[in-house]
Amino acid sequence: MKFLWFHLMPYKELPDDFRQKHPSVWVDIHSSLFDPKRAHRMYNDFLDELEYAAQCGFDAICCNEHHSNGYGLMPSPNLVASALARRTTDTAICVLGNSLALYNPPTRVAEEFAMIDCISGGRLIAGFPVGTPMDTTYAYGLNPSQLRERYYEAHDLVLRAWTEKETFAFNGRFNQQRYVNIWPRPIQQPHPPIWIPGAGSVETWRWAAEMDYVFCYLSYYGYKMAQNVMRGFWEEMAQLGKDRNPYRAGFAQVVGVAESRQQALDLYTEPAEYFYGRCLHVDVRFAGPPGYVTEATQRAGIESQVKIAAQGKAPSGPSTNAASAQKMQALARDMKGIVDNGYVIVGSPDEVVEQLHELATTLNVGQLMLMMQFGNMATKLAKYNTRLFAERVMPRLRSLHREWENRWWPQPMDWRQRAAVPAFIPAAAAE
Amino acid sequence: MNEPETTTVDINGFPTRVWRKGRGPAVGFLAGYGGLPRWVPFLDRLAESRSVIVPSLPGFPGGDRGHSVLDSHLDWVLAARTLVDKAGLEGADLVGSSVGGSFAAEVAALWPEKVKRLALIAPFGLFDEKDPAADPWAQRPDDIPGLMTADPDIYRKLKEIPAGANSIEWPIEQSRAAEAAARIFWPLGNSRLARRLSLIEAPTLVLWGENDRLMPRSYAATIARAIKGKVESRIIAGAGHLAELDKPDEVAAAIVGFMA
Repeated sequence: MKFLWFHLMPYKELPDDFRQKHPSVWVDIHSSLFDPKRAHRMYNDFLDELEYAAQCGFDAICCNEHHSNGYGLMPSPNLVASALARRTTDTAICVLGNSLALYNPPTRVAEEFAMIDCISGGRLIAGFPVGTPMDTTYAYGLNPSQLRERYYEAHDLVLRAWTEKETFAFNGRFNQQRYVNIWPRPIQQPHPPIWIPGAGSVETWRWAAEMDYVFCYLSYYGYKMAQNVMRGFWEEMAQLGKDRNPYRAGFAQVVGVAESRQQALDLYTEPAEYFYGRCLHVDVRFAGPPGYVTEATQRAGIESQVKIAAQGKAPSGPSTNAASAQKMQALARDMKGIVDNGYVIVGSPDEVVEQLHELATTLNVGQLMLMMQFGNMATKLAKYNTRLFAERVMPRLRSLHREWENRWWPQPMDWRQRAAVPAFIPAAAAE
Repeated sequence: MNEPETTTVDINGFPTRVWRKGRGPAVGFLAGYGGLPRWVPFLDRLAESRSVIVPSLPGFPGGDRGHSVLDSHLDWVLAARTLVDKAGLEGADLVGSSVGGSFAAEVAALWPEKVKRLALIAPFGLFDEKDPAADPWAQRPDDIPGLMTADPDIYRKLKEIPAGANSIEWPIEQSRAAEAAARIFWPLGNSRLARRLSLIEAPTLVLWGENDRLMPRSYAATIARAIKGKVESRIIAGAGHLAELDKPDEVAAAIVGFMA
């Protein structure tokens, strides 16, 4: 198993009456709620937490891209990743990722990822999400009807920019560049491992399989709710003749560990309720721009609803449907519902081990992304959660899936060839 | 209400529906936001004195997935021109509403010989920061009908699945219409039509629903001022954005009168 420590960087001081007074945490969240001086502290705390996770022995630390978002303060994950590259030595740096169609020209992504790969000595995992509707079509104004076509084309361009040795002209449908020749170029050859985060449209699964990329299901609703989607994913892999290597798949899970279940509930209720109550309060107006969900996925979605109606149970299959996220959000905002529905795994180390074991085996997932700071969780608690997990949960799950090879992990430079990064000592203190 | 005659023309490789009904001089109609999943009373009113020809725009109901190959506004305008030609509307009177109104105006501006007289019902294509159009693509699903017609039930019934229709493909076709409109007009509805209005030579009737909640009524004056040829403007009392659906008799009478 691989353990990746995942940060969303939520703004931690949304008011108590946020749900009542504000229509959405995303897209049109009001600027008056943002205090840059408070954000100064938050960013530095968040970076501390990520670095701490690296020190504790997590295999990777992860950042991601969101725009106009009160629960995700990383419009540019690459800025965070480059800071982390200087402050860590062996941990993989997983950027999940850059929404390719938002970069003009998309070679910007090839360049910046190559920079991070060079600075970090080849530790980058390159994530390429399509991006959520809120980020791409509303906050960034991208045409939902062209988003996927632009995404696939940008992907092709980035891949060629990384791998072709000669300057070339790119004559795309949406991008035309006479001279493509990126400097710097990635350390990892032919390119850093590529992971595709998504909610899971059929096309995305097929494409990830065809390209031999990792598919990451980034749900906030826990492994119990993800069973149908991941079963659909593996059925699709079987149909495509792909093996069941669990490292093909990543999954994100919110986890809070403590000495006992009761202590865990005491510690993690407030941040969990903050996360599910305030952070995921998204106006449904921004959930479904036309064309964002492909017709094939719409068709599969309608067909599965027909089946649910006929059989009284949910079949396996894609669930991109923003409506289902809305439903899950409405289902549970208090801790009892959050825990009963399995959105958050809480408990003693033994209990967490048991549930994550079930997660990893039932979903057949090898790349486990752990959200261990969530909502308005204080840095001290985030570090406690992280350390306890690293010491008492991780070792007991480490050997899971050991019969499979993880072909999608970074191949860094030999550490003996790598630059030493000295600790920063301010001039006054050094004297 | 007897059925129109349906034929199919090829637009960029996609079979595209053309409806015909009535006798008399031809008048074309390019439908508005959401397109026409079914025949509507407004077209019957026109068909009482005119030969009505209704080609579907690419991606709108009857237009298959024709929108999917149109990447730029030039692509769209050329598709609209081809549609006008293949539907047999070259040199005829042309009516367009909402999204379709924008294309009727484009064809009249760029190829003046193709349009004899023009009627525009609250066309897309403009955006004024001081009087912004509403965002049809960021609405709660229940709010869409009220944005399209003054009486929400009229739009709701237009989009309601008919008995015996494919329950999977019908809703996909309706969301495809919203996507096709988005493909041209995302995010603001501004295709810079304002720059081309001065090229319109055809006598033009500009109609606007009194209660249009989508396209501000102030755009009617902007359009009327910009058009080079003779222009008449009229407000349709009690109508919303798709005025021809709310008030078929009044809108048809105004058009037939203007194009007499």
